[in-house]
Amino acid sequence: MAHRVLVVDDEPSIVLSLQYLLQREGFEVDTAADGEAALEVVARRPPALVVLDIMLPTMSGFEVCRRLRADPAAAGIKVLMLTARGRDTEAQKGLRLGADLYLTKPFSTHELLEHVRRLLGQTP
Amino acid sequence: MLRGWVIVAVSFAYLGVLFAIAHWGDRRAEAGRSVIANPWIYSLSLAVYCTTWTFYGSVGRAASSGIGFLPVYLGPTLAAALWWYAMRKIIRISHAYRITSIADFVASRYGKSQLLGGLVTIIAVLGVIPYISLQLKAISGSFAILLHYPEIVMPAQAVAHHAFQDSALYIAMILAAFTILFGTRHLDATERHEGLVAAIAFESVVKLLAFLVVGAFVTFGIYQGFGDIFRKAQEVARLRPLLEVGSAGAGYGTWAFLTVLSMLSVMFLPRQFQIAVVENVDENHLAKAIWLFPLYLLLINVFVLPVALGGLMLFPAGVDADTFVLTVPMSQHRQELALFAFIGGLSAGTGMVIVETIALSTMVCNDLVMPVLLRLRWLRLNERQDVSRLLVNIRRLAITAILLLGYAYFRIAGEAYALVAIGLISFAAVAQFAPAILGGIFWRSGTRAGAMAGLLSGFAVWCYTLLLPSFARSGWLPHSFLEEGPLGIWLLRPHQLFGFTGLDDISHGLFWSMLANCAAYVGVSIARRPGVAEASQASLFVDVLRHTQSPERPPYWRGSASVEDLLALTGRFLGPERAQEAFLALARRRGREAVAELRPDAELVHFAETQLAGAIGGASARVLVSSVVQEEPPGLDEVMDILDEASQVRAYSRQLEQQSRELREATAELRAANARLQELDRLKDDFISNVTHELRTPLTAIRALSEILHDDPRTRLEDRRRFLGVIVKEAERLTRLINQTLDLAKIESGSAEWHTSELDVAEVVREAAEATSQLFRDRGARLSLRLAEGLPRVRADRDRLMQVLVNLLSNAVKFCAPERGLVEIRLAERGAELRVEVQDDGPGVAPPDRETIFERFRQAGETLTGKPRGTGLGLPISRRIVEHFGGRLWLEERAGPGATFCFSLPVASPGRAGATTMVTARGG
Amino acid sequence: MKRSGMTGERLVATFLLGCVLLNYPVLFLFARRVTVAGIPLVYVYLFGVWTLLIAILALVVERKRS
Repeated sequence: MAHRVLVVDDEPSIVLSLQYLLQREGFEVDTAADGEAALEVVARRPPALVVLDIMLPTMSGFEVCRRLRADPAAAGIKVLMLTARGRDTEAQKGLRLGADLYLTKPFSTHELLEHVRRLLGQTP
Repeated sequence: MLRGWVIVAVSFAYLGVLFAIAHWGDRRAEAGRSVIANPWIYSLSLAVYCTTWTFYGSVGRAASSGIGFLPVYLGPTLAAALWWYAMRKIIRISHAYRITSIADFVASRYGKSQLLGGLVTIIAVLGVIPYISLQLKAISGSFAILLHYPEIVMPAQAVAHHAFQDSALYIAMILAAFTILFGTRHLDATERHEGLVAAIAFESVVKLLAFLVVGAFVTFGIYQGFGDIFRKAQEVARLRPLLEVGSAGAGYGTWAFLTVLSMLSVMFLPRQFQIAVVENVDENHLAKAIWLFPLYLLLINVFVLPVALGGLMLFPAGVDADTFVLTVPMSQHRQELALFAFIGGLSAGTGMVIVETIALSTMVCNDLVMPVLLRLRWLRLNERQDVSRLLVNIRRLAITAILLLGYAYFRIAGEAYALVAIGLISFAAVAQFAPAILGGIFWRSGTRAGAMAGLLSGFAVWCYTLLLPSFARSGWLPHSFLEEGPLGIWLLRPHQLFGFTGLDDISHGLFWSMLANCAAYVGVSIARRPGVAEASQASLFVDVLRHTQSPERPPYWRGSASVEDLLALTGRFLGPERAQEAFLALARRRGREAVAELRPDAELVHFAETQLAGAIGGASARVLVSSVVQEEPPGLDEVMDILDEASQVRAYSRQLEQQSRELREATAELRAANARLQELDRLKDDFISNVTHELRTPLTAIRALSEILHDDPRTRLEDRRRFLGVIVKEAERLTRLINQTLDLAKIESGSAEWHTSELDVAEVVREAAEATSQLFRDRGARLSLRLAEGLPRVRADRDRLMQVLVNLLSNAVKFCAPERGLVEIRLAERGAELRVEVQDDGPGVAPPDRETIFERFRQAGETLTGKPRGTGLGLPISRRIVEHFGGRLWLEERAGPGATFCFSLPVASPGRAGATTMVTARGG
Repeated sequence: MKRSGMTGERLVATFLLGCVLLNYPVLFLFARRVTVAGIPLVYVYLFGVWTLLIAILALVVERKRS
């Protein structure tokens, strides 16, 4: 049963890699390049998991996360945050806002996949 | 009466005893109660150094050169004192890395080179087979003499006999059988043959006793003690020279060289290495051996001169002095004593042959045959399930072949000089291993090329100065070769090379061969740095004593393997059960229950390699393991660590390697720059945080895409191309980012270099236009130059000014109108300044961005969906540069389409000191 | 090996001693036509020194950790 994952990042190369990675694992992947687009997609085709970059144009990843969590319809959606900044405070902030997990860039693809599987309850 | 059958029967009985002891020793070993775990046994087994050459030949030598036979035994005594350092290291290394022969040792040390292993094997075989022939000759000769008891008849030429009537052939075959039986039971990963060692120790006792008894008999039985013999000898004129040093054959030069020669051979004769190193059970046994072995040598030599003198006085001419040990008792009609002496000689000979043959066959199998077989793909050895049978059979074949060759040489050489003198010539051959091995354990810079060069040169000189002359002396080569040199070249006479006279043949040969060997070894080694594999092996060897407890630290290695593959591979060569046992033992040591729980990491691979090395030699083991395991290049994270070591990075493609290199340089620069920054004013937190963020973004893409490419070899070609393309671009972006960040940081901290000169700005503008012309062409845009002429010069850094102009122009062309865009660059004088304006006809800069574009890492167009791939640092840098020149850079507020960037530069006036200075020294 | 820490160095010293005693020129000193109880001096000297060296080796190596 194919889960759907939404990848939100404004860097095309990162989106490319995440998309390929997840598709190879058998997920259906949607993408969005900024916060507005992301929320739109969530509304239209709700994913099981959102991989969310923090540094986005206009609306920040934190804002997106907060809005997601504020929406009851999106309660079951897992959020995995990606951040390139090295500060703990970022991570704390993300977790406080309701993210399920945060990873720093550059991430290990193996680790990412492991976390994704775990979050979606697919580990053996 | 001593009939032939009695002698044969006693001999077989003796061999039977040996057999029994060897068998018993093996059984005890299998039961876990090793009988040779005893320093006395170890020391005794080392006495295999004393062969028939000692038993019979010493007396022979003493009879012609008096005390000159002694250096060959003094040498090992002196060497024993140095064993504490040298031998301990060699034993430790060999145990840790499962080295099973000299060839293996040399090959392993120098980057696991199969070529070196093969070379060492060839030299050993060529040097030692004649020595084996000598033993066969001695045994069969002594048998023939004893057969004629009570008459003393020297054995006739061996060639007279038909081969099948030649006792030597049968002796050779029996020895082959014995060796095969006790030397090739199975392929032990440690190559130990406990039963054999027990038998050898026993033989050492027998030959010592035999000689002592005969000696005592001669000295106290026939004569009345030492004093009596010597006094009587003094009275015989021809015997007096024997009692002095400095007479023929015992000159001081010879004395010293022989001492050195024997010091080297006691370590590097294959049989000595086998017993002392490979068969060593416990390193601590070495301590006792350091004095026990010299003691043995002392004891076995005490009576040599008396026996020689006694024989010379007893017999008229015609009796070969080599036979005195046998013939003197015979002349006194002591048949039991003579028989005992014969058995003693038999011990001496058989011990040597057995051990030497095992050592040589191991080398031939592991370092000569196996590498060749592995290369013959059609044999598909890699895929054969159980190769252990094959290996054992190769060993057995090698043993038989070596003994047959030994016999053949004996037949061919007969009484020729080439056989008689071979003892010391063999010593000189194995002495060639000394530089490579001793250098290998003490000198890290010894390289494979150096060892090759050394071995080849030494061996070549040895052939020329010692081997070929022995052929000439035997009549197989023309005598003129010796007398006048090859082709009549006086200086190249083999025994007086380059006119160097005054030494006997052996010393002369040793001198030149060691000179060539050492010179080549040292010279070639320091000419070139060792490769990575070599250097890591070198340090493993030289530093082995430092890693005493667990010298199993695997050399630098990264890769992926599966436990099953490794187990299967090991099983093929050791046998499946033994491999399973070994792996299970390892698993238990690591606290796991099953082999399957072992993690396939570098340590496991190393373990498998070591186990295999015990069976087939280090070099072949490495080849096989690499074929099963996939090595992977270090990930980007490790690049930073590896920067400190000398290592090679394997790339997926040439482009990636190129980019990685640039990346490495950039990150190294970044490290240095970061360090400097910490000494100077700290930049704002934001900046650092920004930089980290900016750098991590392209790195993320690079890493993720690289991992993807790496994990899935079945990625479609077009995807692969696309990903690699992205990786390259991101790496470029990263590089640009880093460069510009550094640039900016340098400029801001004042540590950038400025090379100021007087410039004609118009010229620089034109150059910049030229430089960016390709960008314009690609975009389909036009550039129009409106430059005033005859303008005064300015003082600025030409390259930096170019940088500013190129930055502005490339921005302009990026943002100008998509179709037939137009960019105009104007240069004019305004008061005390020159002003340059760059105007494009694009969408312009939105009001909120007007100032932010000059901030670091900000770019206009973030609001656009098509985000341009710039770094966001171009403008801040340009502004800083211009400010450094004393000018300003700004965005002009103008109505109408497009953006106009302007900057001003103060005009240089003669005599003015100027805000700029000549080359500013780098700060910090 | 658990021996006195100076073992290695003492052994090297023994080696050097041996080299000196058993070679020219020291050997030459004893190569005279003198006999000791009928045995040539050089013979006695060589075997004597040899025994001495072996004894020193044994002593150095067998000494337990202090």
